[in-house]
Amino acid sequence: MHGETVLRVRDLSVQFDSIDGTVHAVNNVSFDLKRGETLGIVGESGSGKSVSMMSLVRLIAEPPGKITSGSAMFITSDGEVDLLSLSRRQLSRLRGDRIGFIFQDPMSSLNPLMSVGAQIAESVRKHTQLQRAAAKTRAIELLEHVGIPGAKQRYDNYPHQFSGGMRQRVMIAIAISCNPDILIADEPTTALDVTVQAQIADLTNRLCKELSISVIWISHDLGVVAGLADQLMVMYGGTVVEYGEVEQVYAHPRHPYTIGLLGALPKLSKTEERLVNIAGAPPSLFSPPTQCPFADRCPWVFERCESERPALYDVGGEGRAGVVRSDDATDGRGSSDGWVDSHLTACFYDLERNRRRDADEPVAVRPGALAHEEQG
Amino acid sequence: MQRYLFSRLIQSALLMVGVLVITFFMVRLTGDPARVMTPRDASPERVEAMREAMGFNDPLIIQFTRYMGGAARGNFGQSLHYRAPAMSLVMQRVPATIELTLAAMGFALFFAIPLGVFGGSRPGSIWDTLARGFGLLGQTVPNFWLALMLIVVFAVDLGWFPSFGRSGPMSIVLPAVALGFFPLGQFVRLVRSATLEVRGEDYIRTAYSKGIEERAVLGRHVFRNVSITLVSIVGVQFGYMLGGSIYIESIFSWPGIGRMINEAVQARDFPLVQAIAVFSAGFVVVLNLLTDVAYALIDPRIRYED
Ligand SMILES: Nc1ncnc2c1ncn2[C@@H]1O[C@H](COP(=O)(O)OP(=O)(O)O)[C@@H](O)[C@H]1O
Ligand code: SF4
Ligand SMILES: [Mg+2]
Repeated sequence: MHGETVLRVRDLSVQFDSIDGTVHAVNNVSFDLKRGETLGIVGESGSGKSVSMMSLVRLIAEPPGKITSGSAMFITSDGEVDLLSLSRRQLSRLRGDRIGFIFQDPMSSLNPLMSVGAQIAESVRKHTQLQRAAAKTRAIELLEHVGIPGAKQRYDNYPHQFSGGMRQRVMIAIAISCNPDILIADEPTTALDVTVQAQIADLTNRLCKELSISVIWISHDLGVVAGLADQLMVMYGGTVVEYGEVEQVYAHPRHPYTIGLLGALPKLSKTEERLVNIAGAPPSLFSPPTQCPFADRCPWVFERCESERPALYDVGGEGRAGVVRSDDATDGRGSSDGWVDSHLTACFYDLERNRRRDADEPVAVRPGALAHEEQG
Repeated sequence: MQRYLFSRLIQSALLMVGVLVITFFMVRLTGDPARVMTPRDASPERVEAMREAMGFNDPLIIQFTRYMGGAARGNFGQSLHYRAPAMSLVMQRVPATIELTLAAMGFALFFAIPLGVFGGSRPGSIWDTLARGFGLLGQTVPNFWLALMLIVVFAVDLGWFPSFGRSGPMSIVLPAVALGFFPLGQFVRLVRSATLEVRGEDYIRTAYSKGIEERAVLGRHVFRNVSITLVSIVGVQFGYMLGGSIYIESIFSWPGIGRMINEAVQARDFPLVQAIAVFSAGFVVVLNLLTDVAYALIDPRIRYED
C-alpha cells in the first residue's frame, strides 16, 4: 500500500468574509499525501497552513469562511470520495474515525469539565459499537499507548491535573483512537516546553509508523519538520510556493522564500551578515491573488512577477530543468502519477533560469540579481 | 472539595450572625421602636406599655443577649397582629413561596436555556432573533404590569387560569410566568452570550474534530461550560424573586411570604417583619451556599482545588 496516494487535494481555495473585505486565505492549493508517509507543511504564521487543512473537513467557521474551489479525494480500500462534496453528517463520520487531529494548544484543546478518559471514550463510542465499559477499557489502553503512567487511575483525572505535554499525549490518544488513515497535526509542539517538544514529536511519529497512519504535520519551524517529514510543502501568502521530497528541497531549494527560510538568501546589504529573517511584511490577503505573493520581499523580483501569478511547475530532480507543469497545477486535474515525486516551485525567476539554462542563454532579469546569486 | 465547602459553610454562618446583629440594631437605631409598633394616634401610656412589654427599657446588652438567645432557638417573639410566634407564622407561608419561586425559576430556565443556546450557537438565525427579543422584553416589561395583563387576558378574557389564590396546579401558572419573566430575560441574554463565547473555544473544535455531531457538542460540551456562568446568576435571581414576590403574591393573592410582609408592614407588626427579614436573609445565604455546591459539582477545577 505504501507509495499510493491517500489524499489528493487539487486547486483548493478558501476565503473569509470580513468587514474590511474578502480575505483570500488559501489560493489554489494542490498536494498529494502518500500512504504511510508524512507531509510537512511550513510557512510563517498566517500563510494559510491551518485553514487549508482544516477546511478539508470543514473545521473552519462557515460563515465567514467559504471554500470557493477545489477537490480533496480521500482514497481508501473502500474507494474514493471527494471530502469537499460530503454533507456535514457524512464528514462527521470520517472525522475522528478516518481522520484524526492534534492541535496547537494542549492547554485549551480539552474540555475542562470532562475527565480525560471520558473525552477519549467519547470518540471511541462515536465510531465503534463498543459499550460504555468496553470503551473505557479501550481508552485506558490508549492512555497506556501514549505513555501515560498509571493510565487506569489517570482515566478519571481532569485536564487541569495534567501538564501540557501530558495533555498533548491525551490529544494523540484521541486522534489515534480509531486507527485513522490520516492524522492532521497542526503545530502540535509549538506551545510546549522545548524539552517536551521532541518527546511529543517522536511519540506521534512512532505511533503513526506503527499504525501506518499518513501524517500532515504543520509547523512554522523547518527544523522540526526536517526530521519527521518525507515530503515538504512550503506555503506563503495562502499559496504553495514549493513542494517536494524533504532532502530534495533542503539540498536544492528553488523558491526565493524557501531559500530565505533556509538562511541561504544572498546578502541584501553589506551590514547584514546573514539574512535569517526575511525582510518585509507578509502579503495582504485582501487583494485577489493576481501577482506573486512574495513579490514585495523578493530580491529577484522582476516585471512579470507583479503582473501575473506564478503557477507550480516541475523543476525535476537534482536541480535539473524539468517539464513545465503549470497547467496541471492550476487546473488541478492534470496527471496525478508522479506528482508526489516531483519537485515543484512557483517562481518566474526560477522558470526563466531553467529555460535559459536549457537554451544556454544567460538570464536577463533585474540587474544585479544574478550577482547576488553568485555571491550566495 | 471538603475544605472548599467547609470554608463556605463557615462564611455562611458568619453572614447569618451578621444578619441577626443588623436586624437587631435596625429596630433600635431607626427611632423609637415602641412608637413604630403602635398606631400613630396611640396614647403615651399605650406606647409606654408597649415599650415595657417588648423589653425596650432594659439595657441594650441585655436586650441583645435576649434577642440572640431567642434567635438561636428560632424564637423571634410574638406577632403583634396574629398573637402567635412570628417565625412559625413565617414558616407556614414558606411552602407557598418556595413553590411559586421554583415554578417561576423552572419556567424561566425551561425557555431560556434552549433559546440562549440555539441563539448563541447560530448568530443571526431566527433563534438568535428570538433570544435577543426575549432578553430585551424581560429587561423592560415591569412584572406588576405583566401580572395585570396576564390576568386581563388569560384569566378574565379567556378564562384559562384562575386570577387569584392557590388552588390546584392551574392557579400557579400566571403568578409563575409574571415572576419568572424578568429572570427569563436575564438568563436568555447570559446563556446566549456565554454560548457565543464557548463555541469558539479550542475544545469545542476538538469535539467537532472527533466527529461529534452538533447537537451532542452543544449539549455535552457547550452547555456544560455555559452552565458555570448560569449557576452564578440563578442564585442571584432566586434572591431577586423573593423581592419580586412582594408584588406578585399580593396581586395574585398568593398566600406566601411576599404577601405576608405587605400585611405585616401595614399592621406595624414589627416582630413579624423582623422574622421575615431574618428568614429571607437566611434563604439567600442558603442559596449562595447551594450555588457554591453547584459550582463544585460542575467544575472539577473547584472540586479538586486544595
Ligand atoms: N475566522 C476567520 N476570519 C477571517 N479570517 C480568517 C479566519 N481564520 C483565518 N483567517 C485568515 O486566514 C489566514 C490564514 O490563517 P491560518 O491558516 O490560520 O494561518 P497559519 O495556520 O498558516 O498560521 C490568516 O491570515 C487569517 O487572516
Ligand atoms: S515569482 Fe518573482 S517575486 Fe515571486 S518569488 Fe519568483 S522571482 Fe520572486
Ligand atoms: Mg495555524
